[in-house]
Amino acid sequence: MSVRHGLLAMTLASALALAVSPASSQTLRYANQGELKSLDPYTLNESTTHAHLGHVYEGLIELDKDLKVIPALAESWETPEPTRWRFHLRKGVKFHNGDPFTADDVVFSADRVRAQGSNLLTRVPADVKVVKVDDYTVDFILTSPNPILLSGWDTWYIMDKKWAEANNVVAPTPVAATTPSYASLHTNGTGPFMIESHQPGVKTVFKVNPNYWQKPQHNLKEIVFTPIASDATRVAALLSGEVDVIEPVPIQDIQRITSSPNATVLSGPELRTIFIGMDQSRDELLYSSVKGKNPFKDTRVREAFYKAIDVELIKNRVMRGLSTPSALMIAPELYQLSKDFTRPKADPDGAKKLLTEAGYPDGFEVTMDCPNDRYVNDAAICQAVVGMLARIGVKVTLLAQPKAQYFAKVLKPGGYKTSFYMLGWTPGTMDSHNVLHDIMGCRNDPKDPNRGESNLGGYCNKQLDELTDKVLVENDIAKRNQLIKQAYEISIKDWSYIPLHQQALAWGVSKKVKLVQRADNQVLLYWANKQEE
Amino acid sequence: MLAFTLRRAIQAIGVMIAVGIISFSMFRFAGDPVNQMVSMDTSGAERAAIRQSLGLDDPVIVQFGRYVANAAQFKFGISYQFRLPVTNLLMERMPATLELAICATIFAMLGGILMGVYSALRRDTLLAHAFQAISLIGISLPTFLIGILLIYLFSVTLGWLPSFGRGDVVHIGWWTTGLLTLSGLKALIMPSITLGLFQMTLIMRLVRAEMLEVMRTDYIRFARARGLTTRAIHFGHALRNTLVPVITVAGLQFGSVIAFAIITETVFQWPGMGLLFVQAVQNVDIPIMAAYLMMVSLIFVTINLVVDILYTIVDPRLRSTVSRAH
Repeated sequence: MSVRHGLLAMTLASALALAVSPASSQTLRYANQGELKSLDPYTLNESTTHAHLGHVYEGLIELDKDLKVIPALAESWETPEPTRWRFHLRKGVKFHNGDPFTADDVVFSADRVRAQGSNLLTRVPADVKVVKVDDYTVDFILTSPNPILLSGWDTWYIMDKKWAEANNVVAPTPVAATTPSYASLHTNGTGPFMIESHQPGVKTVFKVNPNYWQKPQHNLKEIVFTPIASDATRVAALLSGEVDVIEPVPIQDIQRITSSPNATVLSGPELRTIFIGMDQSRDELLYSSVKGKNPFKDTRVREAFYKAIDVELIKNRVMRGLSTPSALMIAPELYQLSKDFTRPKADPDGAKKLLTEAGYPDGFEVTMDCPNDRYVNDAAICQAVVGMLARIGVKVTLLAQPKAQYFAKVLKPGGYKTSFYMLGWTPGTMDSHNVLHDIMGCRNDPKDPNRGESNLGGYCNKQLDELTDKVLVENDIAKRNQLIKQAYEISIKDWSYIPLHQQALAWGVSKKVKLVQRADNQVLLYWANKQEE
Repeated sequence: MLAFTLRRAIQAIGVMIAVGIISFSMFRFAGDPVNQMVSMDTSGAERAAIRQSLGLDDPVIVQFGRYVANAAQFKFGISYQFRLPVTNLLMERMPATLELAICATIFAMLGGILMGVYSALRRDTLLAHAFQAISLIGISLPTFLIGILLIYLFSVTLGWLPSFGRGDVVHIGWWTTGLLTLSGLKALIMPSITLGLFQMTLIMRLVRAEMLEVMRTDYIRFARARGLTTRAIHFGHALRNTLVPVITVAGLQFGSVIAFAIITETVFQWPGMGLLFVQAVQNVDIPIMAAYLMMVSLIFVTINLVVDILYTIVDPRLRSTVSRAH
């Protein structure tokens, strides 16, 4: 009996404690589909992790609401010679533990991000020398000019040298760590928030940093992050007001959220381009009825496939209007001359004619590889493509698999085992060079083994590769854009890929919260304002 | 008796090894863990280095041997996703799952027995028919659907109960409990009902059938003849005899309640071991998957072993037949 009384008393006491605690109108509750897997900023090169840690850590530069580079921990920078970049660091900035931020931390972070075990190796190229000039000036000395040195530096977060040394985390936590590391469970950045508690896969609490170096643009005192993997539960949590922000919103639930009284959906184009690729390198396709030759080696067949697929129809039916059909393999936000390109209209009759000319009047059979849990409506898009190709006589067998199995099959470690596939790509550097090099570059380049690493179909044009190499070292922006344009024109003339669209990103947001949505799909709550209750 | 127990224990170890082999060979079809760990533009050389450091390039036999050797020492390695020891992760998540499983079982027992007794004693009333209908729903509706229906009714529409999570928890040593806070108790209601509904309908049907059976037996007739009150006959004699099989079933089912908590935990984002397992499958986190499967099979094997031994203690007839059987 006494035990029961005790329990009752404790329940009552905690209920009272809940009742008297002040209404926390500035606590923002945020739920994402995925969990925050590591707090070490160099363990995972993945945008959701970067977004989370962007509340805690900062880079030398940051991207503003329109993805433009603006100063952060570096106040300004200049290039006295094409191969020397000089950065002037911000004075008076302190890490969360009180350590001052100086040039030593930048040199340390440059070494750590390039060390064995880092997943962000390419953020600072290996041949770059980082030299401390004085406490607030750092030089980056390059071996050749690099106009896109700064790309990706918004997520190259600067760490505290003293703290790392004291906690034995000078080396980055490798993605395949065999022992736990202090840095993957604790943080010490310069950013607007500090991590108060972190239970991996369950809950992470961010507290505001009272000593932040600039005036905060939010009115929060706390962010509570919970991963909610189930789509229905995540949407229900938003509708019932238990969370304020969710990402992503499944397309089929957008209508329900916008028609609800207390939440709405923020949507816009995302930077990822979804496209279809074809095996153009093997002499015989792995999965096709055509034996002894590879139909995709014939430009006319690739053109026929391109013209048979109606992206507008995919946009209207499959994506419910939430996609931007694309003429290029890169999002318009990331390339200034995108407007110069228009996508050829779908033309099934022309496609049929091309296929006949190429010697396949009755079409042929081919298997399509497709993920079913990676991109928005990925398997449904592939199904639509199957139907469209059936109209020109091509019989496509669809193999839609979870991403774990799909990527194991089609990527390089799996031996590029695919004949026809769908993939999505966001250039990690936010620049065309990455697309030209990784997706369109020839494989098996003896001088550059990484070229064409994600070119699963093995498209190859040496002219394009030459342009790509020029793009890498051209410092003049206008000239560089022209070179990129020439390269894309070659790729289009070859019908190398079938770009489909940029999918829309959709966040569910409570009507009490004002939020900025950036096109790289990073949920940055330091721009959030929550109405007081 | 000792020989019997030993023999059963050895059989149990055999079952565990079989589960280990089956689950281990299944992981080879789960996909490439390295792909789930790194971003798409990670170079091949980097991927190869990761594969090597995880020992994924060794022959299967070597990997399995290493795994068994570690598992025997309760070392399950480091989670690929979280870079934390799997044992710690499971221990951290265990209280949530056990609390949910116990609450669901209590709900199932209480509800099942009450409804079962009622529908056996008042077979033709409207309420008894209603209970039968509920039991049909509980047996036929899939768990995730019940969960989502409850969420939309009680969280979204009525706003009474939280739709996800455990609420506030209190730490007692390494154990965390949601039973001592209001939000924790509220958070327990819907997941417990979702998880326990199937067991409840099972128990209800069992109690009803047993009760009808018992009510026809001679000793109930004699009890009536002795002039005992109806209440004493129903609850003192009939129900008590009904409960033996019910407790057996509920005990055996406790293992599956823990194992099937996977779906309920996913729907309610309940931070237990089942949710951990589902996340691990999606991310090909082999150390967690392996440890979880071994743990669940250990629970099943232990429960069965205990039940077997208890049976022989309770019923001497079984003892002689079993020992002669082999």
